Amino acid sequence: MASTLAEKVWAAHVVRQAPGEPDLLYVDLHLVHEVTSAQAFDGLRLAGRSVRRPDLTLATEDHNVPTTDIDKPIADPVSALQVDALRRNCAEFGVPIFSLGDVEQGIVHVVGPQLGLTQPGMIVVCGDSHTSTHGAFGALAFGMGTSEVEHVLATQTLPLKPFRTMAVTINGTLPADTTAKDLILAIIARIGTGGGQGYVIEYRGPAIEALSMEARMTICNMSIEAGARAGMIAPDQTTYDYLEGRAHAPKGADWDAALAYWSTLRTDADAKFDHEVVIEASELAPFVTWGTNPGQGAPLSANVPDPKDFADANDRLAAERALVYMGLIAGTPLREVEIQTVFLGSCTNGRIEDLRAAAAVIQGHKVADGVRMLVVPGSVRVRIAAEAEGLDKVFVEAGAEWRQAGCSMCLGMNPDQLVAGERSASTSNRNFEGRQGAGGRTHLVSPQVAAASAVVGRLASPADLG
Amino acid sequence: MEKFTVHEGRCVPLQRSNVDTDQIIPAVYLKRITRNGYEDGLFQAWRQDPDFVLNRPEFAGASILVAGQEFGTGSSREHAVWALQNYGFKVILSSRFADIFRGNSGKGGLLTAQVTQDVIEVLWSMILADPTLVLKVDLVARDISAGDFRAPFEVDDYVRWRLLEGLDDIGITLQQDAAIADFEVGRPRFLPQVVPIQQ
Repeated sequence: MASTLAEKVWAAHVVRQAPGEPDLLYVDLHLVHEVTSAQAFDGLRLAGRSVRRPDLTLATEDHNVPTTDIDKPIADPVSALQVDALRRNCAEFGVPIFSLGDVEQGIVHVVGPQLGLTQPGMIVVCGDSHTSTHGAFGALAFGMGTSEVEHVLATQTLPLKPFRTMAVTINGTLPADTTAKDLILAIIARIGTGGGQGYVIEYRGPAIEALSMEARMTICNMSIEAGARAGMIAPDQTTYDYLEGRAHAPKGADWDAALAYWSTLRTDADAKFDHEVVIEASELAPFVTWGTNPGQGAPLSANVPDPKDFADANDRLAAERALVYMGLIAGTPLREVEIQTVFLGSCTNGRIEDLRAAAAVIQGHKVADGVRMLVVPGSVRVRIAAEAEGLDKVFVEAGAEWRQAGCSMCLGMNPDQLVAGERSASTSNRNFEGRQGAGGRTHLVSPQVAAASAVVGRLASPADLG
Repeated sequence: MEKFTVHEGRCVPLQRSNVDTDQIIPAVYLKRITRNGYEDGLFQAWRQDPDFVLNRPEFAGASILVAGQEFGTGSSREHAVWALQNYGFKVILSSRFADIFRGNSGKGGLLTAQVTQDVIEVLWSMILADPTLVLKVDLVARDISAGDFRAPFEVDDYVRWRLLEGLDDIGITLQQDAAIADFEVGRPRFLPQVVPIQQ
């Protein structure tokens, strides 16, 4: 029977199937971080259980860690306790961990791919909704809660009801000034924050095939923001080229065997998706959010929308609330919105290509007076690579702060936060109320728009720099 | 896990859509390593407003949250479920729940009962008209009722069975240990293992 990519990966991992019960799926890679794991390890301890496959489990410290002074003890005692709990749990249960100061430390969704641990056809899970990132390799990758973390630790499996499948096809070619971030923000605005609920999205079409692996990760990363548990892109030569030679990629005969398998991982021509969306890439442009959920976005060239123009009563109410929270007036051109902070980083846009793109925009310019710009590499490896290329100097000379690796200002649980009323242009993934710090106001943007906005002091694209 | 069959309680009308888990519990509360005591962080930012529905005395002690659509979007934090439970909620009603939140709720014994948006709107007006209204949530019959009002709700069959029986997932899966071991034998050898990096 003809199947989609998601269905093929699912079928290859079924340990047990029984009528009326969820399928029991085997997990190939379980990523762990400090925030969603402590209670899970506690559960194991209370029940006298062990970690079934520590060799398929990897922990890193990312959410809670500072991005300055990492050679000193963590200043916040509660954060320090949580990080320490992860270290003790990993030692007790034999789980490999990349701690602060380790050359492999970084955001869990940056670390897995750069080590070659994320490969096509795998099932990858983590107690983190942005696990969808790994779907860029043709893996089925999704986030889960702490109870499920405990379940995977104990059994290396997860009981799951099958997802429905959605194809998001991007035809044509993206305009030169339009990035993967703009594309995914436009997709979310189109299908809505709940539109992907219950689905695995497969992104396909010529505009997707033309993207680099890092750009594909940006797309799959934000699948959750459309409500989808996972996003996937079929592996192709771009995927194989990225993987070949990485530390954990297969070698020799294993590489040949893997390649033969990976080449079967695509949706059959006559397979049926439960839902299909088609978008024309050439109609897209730099895209930013104006509201307090990732679906509330518009082209940078547009104005802040008028809630009265929303047909649906709930959307209208949500827009009214969002404008109040964001301190925006309907009809204001988005290019006139002043920002005080720029955050470049996160599992969405904290990779080397993102830093290169932003550096190319900001080179020769200065961060505007009254604006602070944080540049936070997604991992220590990304930081080292950027420094080897001199990107750190470009940012520092422009007046930006060059930080250590971590989740940083994406989620406001480490020291990098907005204060109430402060407005950011952020390359992260969520513009929820208070996400970057209580009362903070977030506009989600691409790395290029972030860099241009830092220079202008208002939401801007590289074209505005002249 | 405690068994769940029927719950009767008063309701809080949360007339907002897209309530994400960052609103339910902000990230600063996620540094703790316990499963309890998160009630102080529940809707922390919104509770700063004295008029916020949870601060209104007529809704004190309610155990059923009647929310707008797309409840529980965003971050996978199970702390959102713990915060709602620690505060005293047993049931959340919405016309649409985010996947991960709904899954987490089922694991922890918090019932996410899905009803139509029309039912939500009716409930909101009933509760606002009479905050002392007691709603009966019957997981066996899969319906909610109060006086003459009655409406069905949707809940996954398997989740319902687990809640009714009070079963723990890990215990169920560990009965399949032989099947898991069999599966492991057949995994391709090219798949990666996490071992110290040689570079």
